[in-house]
Amino acid sequence: MTEPLRLESLIALPGPYFGEYGGRFMPESLVAAIDELSEAYEAAKADPAFTAELDALHRDYTGRPSIMTEVPRFAEHAGGARIFLKREDLNHTGSHKINNVLGQALLTRRIGKTRVIAETGAGQHGVATATAAALFGFECTIFMGEVDTQRQALNVARMRLLGAEVVPVKTGSRTLKDAINDAYREWVTSVETTNYIFGTAAGPHPFPAMVRDFQSYIGREARAQMLERIGRLPDAVVACVGGGSNAIGIFDAFLDDAEVKLYGIEAAGDGVDTERHAASIERGRPGVLHGARSYLLQDADGQTLESHSISAGLDYPGVGPEHAYLADLGRASYQPATDTEAMDALALLSRTEGIIPAIESAHALAGALRLGRELGPEGVILVNLSGRGDKDVATAGRWFDLLDEGAEQS
Amino acid sequence: MSASSTADGARPSAGAGSPLHVADTIDAARDAGRGILVGYLPVGFPDLATSIEAAVALVDNGVDALELGLPYSDPVMDGTAIQRATTAALQAGFTVRDVFAAVEAIRSRVAAPVLVMTYWNPVLQYGAERFAHALRDAGGAGLITPDITPDSAQEWIAVSEATDLERVFLAAPSSTDARLRTTVEASRGFVYAVSTMGITGARADVDAAARGLVGRLREAGARNACVGVGISTGAQVAEVLGYADGAIVGSALVSALADGGVAGVGRLAAELASGVRSRVGDAADAG
Repeated sequence: MTEPLRLESLIALPGPYFGEYGGRFMPESLVAAIDELSEAYEAAKADPAFTAELDALHRDYTGRPSIMTEVPRFAEHAGGARIFLKREDLNHTGSHKINNVLGQALLTRRIGKTRVIAETGAGQHGVATATAAALFGFECTIFMGEVDTQRQALNVARMRLLGAEVVPVKTGSRTLKDAINDAYREWVTSVETTNYIFGTAAGPHPFPAMVRDFQSYIGREARAQMLERIGRLPDAVVACVGGGSNAIGIFDAFLDDAEVKLYGIEAAGDGVDTERHAASIERGRPGVLHGARSYLLQDADGQTLESHSISAGLDYPGVGPEHAYLADLGRASYQPATDTEAMDALALLSRTEGIIPAIESAHALAGALRLGRELGPEGVILVNLSGRGDKDVATAGRWFDLLDEGAEQS
Repeated sequence: MSASSTADGARPSAGAGSPLHVADTIDAARDAGRGILVGYLPVGFPDLATSIEAAVALVDNGVDALELGLPYSDPVMDGTAIQRATTAALQAGFTVRDVFAAVEAIRSRVAAPVLVMTYWNPVLQYGAERFAHALRDAGGAGLITPDITPDSAQEWIAVSEATDLERVFLAAPSSTDARLRTTVEASRGFVYAVSTMGITGARADVDAAARGLVGRLREAGARNACVGVGISTGAQVAEVLGYADGAIVGSALVSALADGGVAGVGRLAAELASGVRSRVGDAADAG
């Protein structure tokens, strides 16, 4: 497939709309706060002091730039293509989420608010937010679906250890989408003192553009690291997509490199032909949820369908609007990976390279395995390893039957 | 509008002669020196037939206009009482078409205008134009849209103009003066003044912010401003109608229906309606 000729850059599109996607479909009660955040962000973006402070935080606290690791033993299983991992798993708190959270925490201080709230699925964004709250001295409340508090119990304890209040959300499907609903409800009630640190590149403007910008360190670093390491750009960049923040973060710097193919891997759960998946682009259609127009898993009446994935972080029926736009443009391709494919990739990376990835990131690895077989030995693939798998050890233990009889996992 | 107005022994006041628009009901009440009571109930809770009976019972007990909620999977502006009811309605098999059936059935029996409160995606998926025509044909007055604002509602504004449906946008205490002016200009029927910074649910005190917000809406040119969120007693209705054109009650009615059935919700409606009386002072003619 040839790329259409484009005269304008796709990098760092400003929003609020990405083609026909995005926007700000929000209750009036929240518009003042969103406008305030939007203006503060625009001002911060133009303020060298803000950027310098964020860069310094990432250098001294997050551990940026994150390294890039080639994984040849893993790549043997992918048709011999060279595979490089962008190691966001090595960031402080164990995932890419901290990139965005530190940016939004600085903004929170800038607009004079003293309390932050956030939603979380796998708990990575909640942990990152709780961490930033501790660092900045904010009060912090995290909303997490009750189902997720059970499958990610360790992260619940981590957040509480960091001083955050964790509220198990018992409405709807009791997963990420309902955690977002309850965070919005809380925000409406407490907006004067509270900032909502949204975790993914979805939601109303300015979140999709702002979260992407805060995550775009990933792609900028990786692009430079690739050029430095092998003297050329990769043939393909692969990332998992739930809401899509790690994916847009690594894609952004490559958007104008027409020779670099971009692949977003959606969670296919039991398979996209079953009812249990989270493949919003593959199997959804455009609609409005959580403040933006984008692809959405929904029934004929526009009621949101429950998504399913073994990965709590990808278990979301929507997707960020910029991904919907890139999909329609054909600039990025979105493909599914099932629970089984992801877990097999997780085990493979663990055993061949000594790196245990998050189940979310394992979806990207599954996509890379498939892609490598298509590209062959000449191919170079860059995978965003968005998070580490420590939080998923209990799930993996059950999946692969690794726990001794009678052993109690927290 | 309603062709079959007297089909099932409708009350004399129902059907063809009943006001289609809430604005007309507010005007008539203003002429009589009072404000109106607006009652909310979700369609399909606990089932379609009972939700229709309950809505009729509201009007029979003094509610002037109805706000029928369209159950939605992600109701971010609603508190637990309404969430619980709309989730139950969805689980019981509610479909969007039930709303039109409910509006038509209710309109054939009572002389009160019927607005539909809906989050935007169900309308978008049905097709805004198709939705508007179906609502109009059923005798509906228009829509209250809690999760879109005029700047995101170009399609709905055009469609509602073409179909002569009312469009009620929300205003919040946090809204800037400029946004209040935009909201007033874009709204038809009335502006829904959110009484407090919060989601739906009964509260002991209706925030003083409501009075200030209604004042600001009047300055922004609003003829009709109704206050909702948190109102649950006749005394609160009376207080609100001291400065607003309407008082909107939702969660308290939903809880009454859940706990006491149609009879229970009727009793609460009567109690709330006792709060509807001539507005205090000479404010009535100010707008």
